[in-house]
Amino acid sequence: MTKYILKRLLMLIPVMLGVIVIVFSLLYITPGDPIDSLLGDDATPEAVEQMREQLGLNGGYFQRLFSYIKNLLHGDLGICYATKQPVMDRLMQTFPNSLKLAGLAVFLSVIIGLTMGIISAVKQYSIFDNIAMALAMVGNAMPNFWQGLLLMLLFALHLHWLPATGFTTWKHMILPAATIGTSSAAAIARMTRSSMLEVIRSDYIVTARAKGQSELLITVRHALKNALIPVVTTIGMQFGHLLGGAVLTESIFAVPGVGKLMVDAIKARNYPVVQGGVLMIALGYSLVNLLVDILYAYIDPRIRSQYK
Amino acid sequence: MSENQNLLEIKDLSVQYVTVDGTVHAVENLNLTLKAGETLGLVGETGAGKTTTVKAVMGILPTPPAKVPNGEIIFDGRALNRLSAKEMRKIRGKQISMIFQDPMTSLNPVMTVGEQIEEAIRLHNRISRREAAKRACDMLETVGIKAERAGDYPHQFSGGMKQRVVIAMALACSPKLLIADEPTTALDVTIQAQVLELMKRLKNDMNTSMIMITHDLGIVAEICDRVAIMYAGEIVESGTREHIFHRAAHPYTQGLFGCIPNMLDEECRLIPIQGMMPDPTDLPEGCRFRPRCPHACDRCAQGAPLIEIEPGHQVKCVLCEKEA
Amino acid sequence: MKQEQHTPYKKRSQMQEIARRFVRNKQAVVGLIMLMILILAAILAPVIAPYDPLKQDLLHRLKAPSAEHIMGTDELGRDIFSRILYGARISMTVGLIAVSISCVTGCVLGAIAGYYGGMLDNVIMRASDILMAIPSILLNISIVAALGSGLQNVMIAIGISSIPGYCRIMRASILSLRDQEFVEASRAAGAGSFYIIYHHILPNCLAPLIVQATLRIGSAILSCASMSFIGLGIVPPTPEWGAMLSSGREFLRDAPHLTTFPGLAIMFAVFAMNLMGDGLRDALDPKLKN
Repeated sequence: MTKYILKRLLMLIPVMLGVIVIVFSLLYITPGDPIDSLLGDDATPEAVEQMREQLGLNGGYFQRLFSYIKNLLHGDLGICYATKQPVMDRLMQTFPNSLKLAGLAVFLSVIIGLTMGIISAVKQYSIFDNIAMALAMVGNAMPNFWQGLLLMLLFALHLHWLPATGFTTWKHMILPAATIGTSSAAAIARMTRSSMLEVIRSDYIVTARAKGQSELLITVRHALKNALIPVVTTIGMQFGHLLGGAVLTESIFAVPGVGKLMVDAIKARNYPVVQGGVLMIALGYSLVNLLVDILYAYIDPRIRSQYK
Repeated sequence: MSENQNLLEIKDLSVQYVTVDGTVHAVENLNLTLKAGETLGLVGETGAGKTTTVKAVMGILPTPPAKVPNGEIIFDGRALNRLSAKEMRKIRGKQISMIFQDPMTSLNPVMTVGEQIEEAIRLHNRISRREAAKRACDMLETVGIKAERAGDYPHQFSGGMKQRVVIAMALACSPKLLIADEPTTALDVTIQAQVLELMKRLKNDMNTSMIMITHDLGIVAEICDRVAIMYAGEIVESGTREHIFHRAAHPYTQGLFGCIPNMLDEECRLIPIQGMMPDPTDLPEGCRFRPRCPHACDRCAQGAPLIEIEPGHQVKCVLCEKEA
Repeated sequence: MKQEQHTPYKKRSQMQEIARRFVRNKQAVVGLIMLMILILAAILAPVIAPYDPLKQDLLHRLKAPSAEHIMGTDELGRDIFSRILYGARISMTVGLIAVSISCVTGCVLGAIAGYYGGMLDNVIMRASDILMAIPSILLNISIVAALGSGLQNVMIAIGISSIPGYCRIMRASILSLRDQEFVEASRAAGAGSFYIIYHHILPNCLAPLIVQATLRIGSAILSCASMSFIGLGIVPPTPEWGAMLSSGREFLRDAPHLTTFPGLAIMFAVFAMNLMGDGLRDALDPKLKN
């Protein structure tokens, strides 16, 4: 197992290198000179040249790419054009906020999604099942930026229960986390239901029944663990959506997280921040997927024996 | 043959599956008795209602769509179909247990085989985990698997070994009745013989009664004391092994024997039964075998009751009526 | 291999069977009707729309829904209903073209990777791993930032970022089909690679591809709206639903209809595609139905 994890971690290196090259190239061909927006129109040519030198914007494509990668190995992601701070610092200031938000959203969506999915499957075609699945369909189709606005309108502007924007107390986390988590909860609920329904029909459930096991324990001990296998994949995939959803949601609720930082940076042509942010999110996403695969092996002995 | 010797008595049992495409009469007015220590072979084609019958005995019919409009199942003096779900759970696995057709799918893939046998033991005995684990290991040894394999998962076993595990699980609480639903169909021929031999031995050691569902008359000849032949939800003939093998009276039973290759017969011709099983949503009036029967006559439209043509040998056919 | 003109038997139509199962599924039929409404709205927008979607009327700004303007007017006095109708054109275009780009490219790459294996497979799959490591909205934003805003670039961005999904489906189907007996039989009979892929493999992996494509149209519409919402997709004054929602944000408290109708429109479109996708999956592959 350790060997497998190490192998997967090593395989991350070329993937991350690829991510760097893709994002670097995209930003390289992006039109517009960041210097113009930094110094304004009336800057002297000398000042422009000096700025260019300082930011490492001179030199050709490969020269700049290699120096970027070289600096990266020393933990240097460049300088933020807007605040003149190292990009690493900017990311470290914002990342914990995003992580808290994503953590809460994952937690809520897994709890709600699993519960809804299991009950729906066990009570298939009941009123609960119909309502839960209708809600899941709506939650899946609703654009989360609109949902964010609706939640804000209702709970912040009309009812005044929760703050609309900002990120200082735990109350600030509720609306954005609910916004991000809804579509994930919907996807998890649907997946759990269909996976449970398939498992409930399998022969080993009949075997457990023939042993005299009670329905509740059959669901918990026999069905759930088997049904979780495809659900874990969905949860892993949802994490990517969650990080993406955070980009929009953080902007709406003015949460100082990586998502908002990146949207602002793209608009301001603040490339080092964009590059660093994408890299960080891609790394986080890949690590989560690795975690999902390890979790797989934990749940399913058939996969575990393949890893040995 | 007094009443109280019967371990299991099924009286007028009917089972229907209600679906959007119509009601399937899977089992109709079925009567069956099983004495303690006896092995009964339940023989018939796929779809004849054998599995449905035993699932009704186990109380594991999927409801809905299954429905039991009439009938009684009396096991050891208790009417099973009147018991509550909770009382029935105490009987399942403890007094009656079941072995399924496909060992590949009847074990839970994410639990070790030890845990699965332990579960069966702990459900019906108030003993510690350690004690249950020990008994599970003993059970594995009994079916010919090394005890140290208790920690392995089902995918690490071959088909025959898995079926041994299922047998261990079914016999873990020394049930009075063991129901085996085509336990060897999914196995290789050589493994079939081993598993069958094992079941026969354990059944005798534990003095368990058994219902063996099969469509293989070879298995019947080897292991069963009595045989009941099912066709389209009804028992068409029942009797001792000798009755069925040497004096089969129903045309369907005779037809089944015509399908077995006979080494001694020089011509070596197989005589298949013509036609197909009737559509279970639209069964023919009277005798259900009539459309395929080589001896069909007008009287078959009325059908016949199950009549005893010699002690312990019952047939449901108009041809036997006149003899009786 | 070609069938005679007068076949002695009638080929049992698989299409009819699929259509029958589809029509029996209530949700799928609702999805189909919703999709029809969307397509009609997109095609007939110039006929149905009561106003010019770009015509400003500053005297009638932020008007609530009324008989004159059934969905009200926006901050520049434009008729929201007309803008929603024209917005359907943009969303349907983005959905169809972006999905076509990714489906065709992804399938070709996946087929090559799966059928030939080896070095080519490695290169293609590692490239797809890299694309999959970046959450799609970030990739979309980066591509649009590089290429510039506008309908065409948004479609390209969404198209590129969903290539890996198709690539994987196609590769997995080919790997599972490649060694099956009927394919080996065909190879033994002397059929070439292209013939085998086209006649034996493609028809057998069509079902998951169609389902994926249908569901993807919905998510392409959603992606397009998301990008426009943060101002990096289709820019005003083009009547795009996400952009409309974005500019309505400022008036959230006083004129919520500015955001409600575009939001409902996006949801309607995505909902329609999801229902269709689920319905098609059940109709194409009854085994998957629960």
